[in-house]
Amino acid sequence: MMQTEIAVLRFGLGARPGDLPAAADDPRAWLTAQLKGAVQLAGNTALAPSEQIFTELLAAREQRLNMRREAAAQSAANPTDRFNPVRAAYLPHYRAQVLARAQSASLTARPFAERLVHFWTNHFAVSADKGADFGVAGTLENEAIRPHVNGRFVDLLTAVEQHPAMIGFLDNQYSVGKDSELAQLAARRAARSRGGAPGKPRREFGINENLAREILELHTLGVNGGYTQRDVTSFAQIITGWSIGGGKARLAGGIPGRFYFRDNLHEPGAKTFLGKTYYEEGRRQGEAVLADLSRSPATAHFIATKLVRHFIADEPPPAAVERVARAFLKTGGDLPRVYAALIEAPEAWDTEMRKFKTPEDFVFSTLRALNVSPRQPEEVLHSFDLLGQRQYTPGSPAGWPDTAKAWDGSDALMHRVLWASRVAGRYEQGIDPVDFATASLGAYARPETVTALKRAASASQALALLLMSPEFQRR
Amino acid sequence: MNPFYMALTRRRFIRSAGALAASAALPHVLFARTGGSARLVVVILRGALDGLAAVPPYADPHYAGLHRELAISAPGGVDGALALDNVFGLHPSFVFLHQRYLAGELVVFNAVASPYRDRSHFDGQNVLENGLTKPIGTADGWLNRALGALPRTHAGNGTERAVAISQNVPLILRGDAPVMSKSPQASAEVDQDLLARLADLYSKDEWFSARLSEAVQTDKLADSGADMAGQSVMSGGQANPSPQNGVKPAAVDRVSGIARMAATLMRSDDGPEVAVIEASGWDTHANQGGARGALAQRLAGLDTALRVLAEELGSLWPQTAVLIVTEFGRTAAMNGTRGTDHGTGGCAFLAGGAVRGGRVIADWPGLAPAALLDNRDLRPTLDLRSVFKAVLDEHMHVDAKTLATRIFPDSSGARPLQGLMRA
Repeated sequence: MMQTEIAVLRFGLGARPGDLPAAADDPRAWLTAQLKGAVQLAGNTALAPSEQIFTELLAAREQRLNMRREAAAQSAANPTDRFNPVRAAYLPHYRAQVLARAQSASLTARPFAERLVHFWTNHFAVSADKGADFGVAGTLENEAIRPHVNGRFVDLLTAVEQHPAMIGFLDNQYSVGKDSELAQLAARRAARSRGGAPGKPRREFGINENLAREILELHTLGVNGGYTQRDVTSFAQIITGWSIGGGKARLAGGIPGRFYFRDNLHEPGAKTFLGKTYYEEGRRQGEAVLADLSRSPATAHFIATKLVRHFIADEPPPAAVERVARAFLKTGGDLPRVYAALIEAPEAWDTEMRKFKTPEDFVFSTLRALNVSPRQPEEVLHSFDLLGQRQYTPGSPAGWPDTAKAWDGSDALMHRVLWASRVAGRYEQGIDPVDFATASLGAYARPETVTALKRAASASQALALLLMSPEFQRR
Repeated sequence: MNPFYMALTRRRFIRSAGALAASAALPHVLFARTGGSARLVVVILRGALDGLAAVPPYADPHYAGLHRELAISAPGGVDGALALDNVFGLHPSFVFLHQRYLAGELVVFNAVASPYRDRSHFDGQNVLENGLTKPIGTADGWLNRALGALPRTHAGNGTERAVAISQNVPLILRGDAPVMSKSPQASAEVDQDLLARLADLYSKDEWFSARLSEAVQTDKLADSGADMAGQSVMSGGQANPSPQNGVKPAAVDRVSGIARMAATLMRSDDGPEVAVIEASGWDTHANQGGARGALAQRLAGLDTALRVLAEELGSLWPQTAVLIVTEFGRTAAMNGTRGTDHGTGGCAFLAGGAVRGGRVIADWPGLAPAALLDNRDLRPTLDLRSVFKAVLDEHMHVDAKTLATRIFPDSSGARPLQGLMRA
């Protein structure tokens, strides 16, 4: 019962016309066939790689600095009120990334794999509302997640934590070990300038524990994963030097927009983390920790819980979590086999739709149902603003919430009604609402909904009613 | 030992008698005291505000050395703190809050924390909002549980006595008591016929039909409140100084818009007595800045939003308390990237015409190495629940037993403060 619909609507991103018949033969095989290889963007928007975006960013920063100097020289009041070259450099990339994402979600023939990409993007959240990440937030998804979504967790994890968007978002690029070459040099210089007496350098260096803490709390072990403040501090020391290429003077080196290990910022020596001593040198030390984290039962359980919450229910059924966590541990985090365990969980096929769609889900499934794909960023940017889920801006490194209670405010519902009626007004032509209900919801279309569609005052109103029906709002 | 330091470490509440005396002469007269019931606005600052920047303990001998370029200097100098007493100041961005302090309408708390002692934002916010001692264990928030215990004598005959100014209801207001949510983009253009048909379509689905009827109800309230706006008592009285740094990022304006909407709803007939406002962007791990810079801009935005709130509440201000809280403080020392990392003890504020203010309440543990928690954080000496309980008791008249059992279970160690509100 309903297996086809569940595969397409719950595991996928909603039905395009023809999706339900295509999956009907063998819904499980339709899902597993999507779990091979990288998941490329569907659609035709060309995106700049992060190397190019960072190069443009560096030039824009230079320009902004010059503007500020000029303004200061003329003692002008408010240089920041004016044109901001950094924002201007970033804006077209942000818009292109949002457009490409919506195109891919609306067009892809592998919607389960695409949903998994979105899942990991939200798990490893960066936010474009941090100014420094505005134009590169989307590159994390496209460059670190898409290639590894059907690979091993450790490779996904390493690619993400070494991606410039993540390093910049969680401030690791300038985290400096106290005994690093750079800090020592600064101390010696300070001493020389004081005639050999020890003293404080002009600028002191130290660690920033943001990335280390969030890797443990949000990306791997989970907040109750058994680590202490001491482990956070130690891990932060371990990943000192994990940085982004492109800089000046003593920070020169590397390619802008690419991961670059700055040996001169790295805290040297062996370090103890979670009771184990790591003797590796340089960047390998952090990579060894990531490898151990990816094998931890706490990580397996944390990832399994989040997958089950996303695909099955806000309150994850423990048996399903257990099943997925076991597969994670047994296969060493071989992700397609982890996803396969999810598909095998009987709870995943419960006919009751238990997930309330997020705004993003709602937009993507609407585009698919209408069989349309945006051609301009404006066509989708405002939609996400209105519905309260501006793309790539979860705000916090914890990502967007994945439970109904975070999205089910009455005001949010009113915004969905508003958006649905606007969309319906735009796309009503040539749509037969009853056929549309069948193609997009299959057997989930309730008789009372079909009756309401038939009685609607206009095709546009019928379409809005369908998009706002309980069965379209859930998956 | 430095005598000043001894004074600081003596465990006592610090009161600022000077500020209290000054308040009598200052603009409190702008507000006619009116009868009527209490209003409460809770402002949640998500991301962990640096209490040592917001309420600089400029006289603590260890402060400047730890907070370094992020420290705010003593009152009087260029970019110095706004004076509160001989120990603490306010960040120079807090122009409006400082006026309220001088008017006897602001209590400043320092070295406070919820019972949470780890350093995760998300768990920290859960504890701040669920009223328990741990992040999980209940799906409802303490303010929602308090709504159920409000005496019936309060104004507001509608069923919803609280509003969250956001598209969705934050944890602090989730629970059995009905609440509404509303965000500034009003959905006025939705066709009424479509709404009627949707109501019909939802009739068999309780979950959807409850939310739809709530949404329709809230829209009507907002319309009636908007008609009454513009009668603010304060707006004639004072010029609006522009924010400290001149810059108004979009996020800053957003908070003012949210504050305005809260006030508009509260002023409407049968409007809510309680509102929750959220502002984010306080997680200053890098380039935090001092008297000027990134955090200073955020604080100026918050200060402007509070001014807007007070102005728009107008005649309701004398019966209003505004509680401003964050999940925890930040490290005492600046980190390696000119910011601060997640800490423990922090600050909080209670403002409003109903508040017996002009005081700093801080049992200051000091910032000496041995005084710090885990060698890094300001040690909290006051449980935030003592403040929450006091406000719910003295201001909202929730009975003590319900407070101690249902609203804040396991809180016997956090006794309500006394005398926070004007009688």
